[in-house]
Amino acid sequence: MSEITLVNLSLIILLLPIIGFTVVIFFGKRFFKIFWFEIAMIGIAFVLASIILFVRLTTYVDAAPIVFQFTWINFGNLPLLGHLTIDLGVKIDNMAAIMMVVVTLISFLVHIYSLGYMKGDPRFTRYYSYLGIFSFSMLGIVLTHNLLMMYIFWELVGLSSYLLIGFWYEKKSAADAGKKAFLTNRVGDIGMFLGILILFTNYHTFTFDTIFHSIAGGHLPFDSGAWLTATGILLFMGAVGKSAQFPLHVWLPDAMEGPTPVSALIHAATMVAAGVYMIARIFPMLTADALLVIALVGGFTSFLAATIAITQNDIKKVLAYSTISQLGYMVMAMGVGAYAYGFFHLVTHAWFKALLFLGSGSVIQAMHHEQDIREMGGLRKKLPITYYTFLTATLAISGVPFFSGFLSKDGLLLGTYAFASLTGHVLIPIFGFTVVILTAFYMFRLVIITFHGEPRNIEKYNHAHESPKVMTIPLIVLAVLSFFFWYTGNPFSGESGWFISKWIHTPHSVVPDSLRFNFMRSTAEASAHLENAHEVITHSPMYMEALHHSHYPAMIISILFAGLGILLAYVIYQWKKVDPDKLAERYSWLYKFSLNKWYFDELYQATFVAGTLGLGKVLAWFDTYIVDGIVNGTAWVTRKVSEFSGLFDTYVVDGLVNFTAFFSGFVGLGLKKIQTGRVQTYVVFAVLSILILLLILRPF
Amino acid sequence: MDGFPILSLITFLPIVGLVIVLSLPKEKAQTVRITTLVITSIQVILAVILLANYNYGLAGINDPNSFQFVEKFRWIEIPGISWIGTIKIDYFLGVDGLSMPMVLLTALITFIATLSSWKIDKSVKGYFALFLLLDTAMMGVFVSLDFFLFYVFWELMLLPMYFLIGIWGGPRKEYAAIKFFIYTLVGSVFMLLVMIGLYFSTKEILPDGSSAYTFNMLAMMNPHNYVSTGILSPLNPSNLRFIAYIALFAGFAIKIPMFPFHTWLPDAHVEAPTPISVILAGVLLKMGTYGILRISFPIFPNITRELMWYIALFGMINIIYGALVALAQKDFKKLIAYSSVSHMGYVLLGMASLTSVGINGAVFQMFNHGTITAMLFLSVGVIYDRAHTRGIYEFGGLANQMPVYTGFVTVAFFAAIGLPSMSGFISEAMVFLGSFGTEVIRTLAIISTLGILLGAAYMLWTLQRIFFGKLNEKWANLPDLDLREYVMLVPLAIVVIFLGIYPSAMLNIMNTSVKHLVDFLAVNAHHISTTISAL
Repeated sequence: MSEITLVNLSLIILLLPIIGFTVVIFFGKRFFKIFWFEIAMIGIAFVLASIILFVRLTTYVDAAPIVFQFTWINFGNLPLLGHLTIDLGVKIDNMAAIMMVVVTLISFLVHIYSLGYMKGDPRFTRYYSYLGIFSFSMLGIVLTHNLLMMYIFWELVGLSSYLLIGFWYEKKSAADAGKKAFLTNRVGDIGMFLGILILFTNYHTFTFDTIFHSIAGGHLPFDSGAWLTATGILLFMGAVGKSAQFPLHVWLPDAMEGPTPVSALIHAATMVAAGVYMIARIFPMLTADALLVIALVGGFTSFLAATIAITQNDIKKVLAYSTISQLGYMVMAMGVGAYAYGFFHLVTHAWFKALLFLGSGSVIQAMHHEQDIREMGGLRKKLPITYYTFLTATLAISGVPFFSGFLSKDGLLLGTYAFASLTGHVLIPIFGFTVVILTAFYMFRLVIITFHGEPRNIEKYNHAHESPKVMTIPLIVLAVLSFFFWYTGNPFSGESGWFISKWIHTPHSVVPDSLRFNFMRSTAEASAHLENAHEVITHSPMYMEALHHSHYPAMIISILFAGLGILLAYVIYQWKKVDPDKLAERYSWLYKFSLNKWYFDELYQATFVAGTLGLGKVLAWFDTYIVDGIVNGTAWVTRKVSEFSGLFDTYVVDGLVNFTAFFSGFVGLGLKKIQTGRVQTYVVFAVLSILILLLILRPF
Repeated sequence: MDGFPILSLITFLPIVGLVIVLSLPKEKAQTVRITTLVITSIQVILAVILLANYNYGLAGINDPNSFQFVEKFRWIEIPGISWIGTIKIDYFLGVDGLSMPMVLLTALITFIATLSSWKIDKSVKGYFALFLLLDTAMMGVFVSLDFFLFYVFWELMLLPMYFLIGIWGGPRKEYAAIKFFIYTLVGSVFMLLVMIGLYFSTKEILPDGSSAYTFNMLAMMNPHNYVSTGILSPLNPSNLRFIAYIALFAGFAIKIPMFPFHTWLPDAHVEAPTPISVILAGVLLKMGTYGILRISFPIFPNITRELMWYIALFGMINIIYGALVALAQKDFKKLIAYSSVSHMGYVLLGMASLTSVGINGAVFQMFNHGTITAMLFLSVGVIYDRAHTRGIYEFGGLANQMPVYTGFVTVAFFAAIGLPSMSGFISEAMVFLGSFGTEVIRTLAIISTLGILLGAAYMLWTLQRIFFGKLNEKWANLPDLDLREYVMLVPLAIVVIFLGIYPSAMLNIMNTSVKHLVDFLAVNAHHISTTISAL
């Protein structure tokens, strides 16, 4: 299949969901069951994406990315800048091809699942149109070959996220959550936008490859390495918003107000991962300092969210914090240079986290929209398919061997371990490995409380029953995708699998050597020794050696920690050897801190939100009483003066027509009589003023 | 199109309508409405014809030969009065890439505003007569190339506007109308002063070889045309030229409106009837920024260059201040009015960059703000017509009651927020690209990006307060949009989305001229500065 065919296919894939959206939103009321059209669109998109992936991974697996671009805006030849155009285009490499399948398949499964979950909703059709516009926007992010288009679709996923979080807008909490999500994201987007402005100002293009090429050629933004670092961090701010990283993570838990399938699609598997995808796209231009910031933010976020997840009682909230934590992992992986594993975790996480959310949706529906796990229990018998698929995903996310999560998590932890051994930043692996225990613990806590033991709410339990096939089949599909064999033949080594060794290569860094980590510097000897050209530039032999040495320690710690977390959960919740309530009481300060999410919402509310609203009120007061007060005051003074001069005219100046009287009369006329609305006055005023001016301006 | 006075036609067609309307008997209100609608529809058609015959490659700005659809003849000629000499004033019309988008905008907005005026039934005849007069004045401002003519149209606009607010307005209409009138008049006085100063400083070479004072804007742009002793000649060592620039700028700034001259706007909007608000925000505000680009910049290129930081500063203040004040508003219409203050700030910021991308962005933003704000004010009108209140907090839950209306408002709001795929995004992004790229005003551009966040904050909050949540039982009978309202909103929504996806359709019209303007400013600013320093 030729490159241009692939490009055309990818453009068709991009357009299918937006056609679906348009048809469904405009004809939703006229045609019965029009939502099937949207489902068909996304189904076709999935098939086409699979074809692209297959072709890409067979024919083009080592080939350069396939790029297609066209001129969107043409400014013509400009002084200093030369011919300036703004181009849009697509870039299909292995990563984009894989992402397309991830997005379209999860989207398709969610479309199917929603047939059951959203059944009977009064805005059922509109729901499907929103899914369409989301899929379109997300595919745009995946396919773009430039930053502007990424920003455009970035905002559009923000819109669809807003619409879907607030889908049940009758609830204030839902409307609030949508608004919060959009605004929090905008904070990050401002940073991203500034990064884009810096790049455009310096390179006059938005295209990734052209920018990278210039940087590689030694042309740094504003000729300074510090600006290059700043640009990287600013762009990363976009990811901080979209991927819910500290300090902008607060929107994602609230986003759970949206329908659960939406949480699975947007707020777990795809959109939130867009931030990580973006970091992957800009990876070649990230300096050591920028990478370190990214690694620390990611590491801290994963820790922060995991400590919150262990005490939450809302099934979706636990999963939301888990998502934040896992996204932190991916971000951290990118930061420590474990690029391939970061993306690997994105893919594995997409399946099992979508599965967890859809599973929780199945539970929630069975429990008649109960989300509090303290009301559940014993559901294993009632919901066997949901239980076993949910358990599969739990094993995957906890990092148990034979499941996909183990491979990717182990790989990225290995990356942090090697990174720390080379740079001394031990905090990062400490975060990473601590989170392994916490993850295994809170996930099994969730499984045990929800599915094991005795039912806590007998009435709801008795009414519970397994979900229909449209809901369980997607669960089964996702569960199958959560095993190791999709990525590697050896369940203990992701490294030797085709995903890491063949499909995803760490790209060349274009940053000047002096701005890179020591271990990422390119050396002549290194280039000569290693076969794989892709790895030469980014990773020195030093790094490869460190990776090699860290391999077994990292894997052993990771498996042990996961086991420890699971064991703790069993001890406390299954075997009840320790009373969790007593624990909470004894460490009540810690418990409350975790339960209240480290008080971030309260903090932001009290500072930023209240501050902005307060400033608005103060300025509105200022506007009404000071700015406008001056205007009205001036008018008042002028009126008084004019009244006075009117009196003066009448009583002091005796009818002699001299200039003074004429002038004050003019003031009186102009400012007092105008209010009567007499047109003639105005005309006289204009003519007279011209005459006066002619007199004044007469050349001498 | 050679020789056919299409610009005069598009400008004075409403006067024909005015005559017809005035000659109709008072009782035939519907005929009056239809007449106006027909006139404004023809205007739209004429605008489309103009666009179809428009040559995208011609620059205009200061070159009379590359203006299009030019009409020029001697209008007023008063034989010599002592020192003044012969007064010769031309009737000089033409369009280039700066005015063409404004002509299109004026035609479109006036047409929409006519539809929006349908429900006005207080002295219909008078209303539409004034409305048509306003139409002529606005169109005239955008096609005049003679300063005197420009000034005449500029002043002509005041009159109908004053009465349209003062008679058909809300409870405090008299206050709002007089405030608008006097405020704008103050601006006009400044403009008049500068105009006359320029007149006595510029001499145009006439075909017969003699020279005469002129009001021709294009002649004023050429430093060689200045009389060396002229009061506003670049060669005049006094700083009068600087003062003149400030005065002229203030005149235009009041119209934009620029902080701190903006307080007439919320009052005028709140009191004005919906269609007048639509015209006020959609077209009139653009006259301020248009005047700056058409007159201030090319006539005073060196001073523009010196003051660009201040222009950008006021742009920034407008953006942030307008947004913050909007955040605190409880009246839907007032909120939209302050959002206009904020959005016009982008125009100032973009033009201050003095780059091609930035000024393109500014002109595009002028057009986009026109269409988007028109949608916003129409939306306010829709709800006000039904509920007779505009208090944001009095609503809630309208989304289920009026789903189609909600859809349109959502589109308008997100367009105002600058969502990609809508036109506002392109122009705002270009404004930022241009202003960030200009080192002098970079910091101001960075601070202004906060407007992106604040804009989203007040818009989404308003959307939530009016449309989401539980429906107030009081509004359980509000009907959704009717056909007329559809016809008003659909074209605007189409334009907004179309230009968001294919911005080149508009950018190509203005690009050649803007590019030329930027070159012209750079060259002339340099030329004048060196001439002055050589003195």
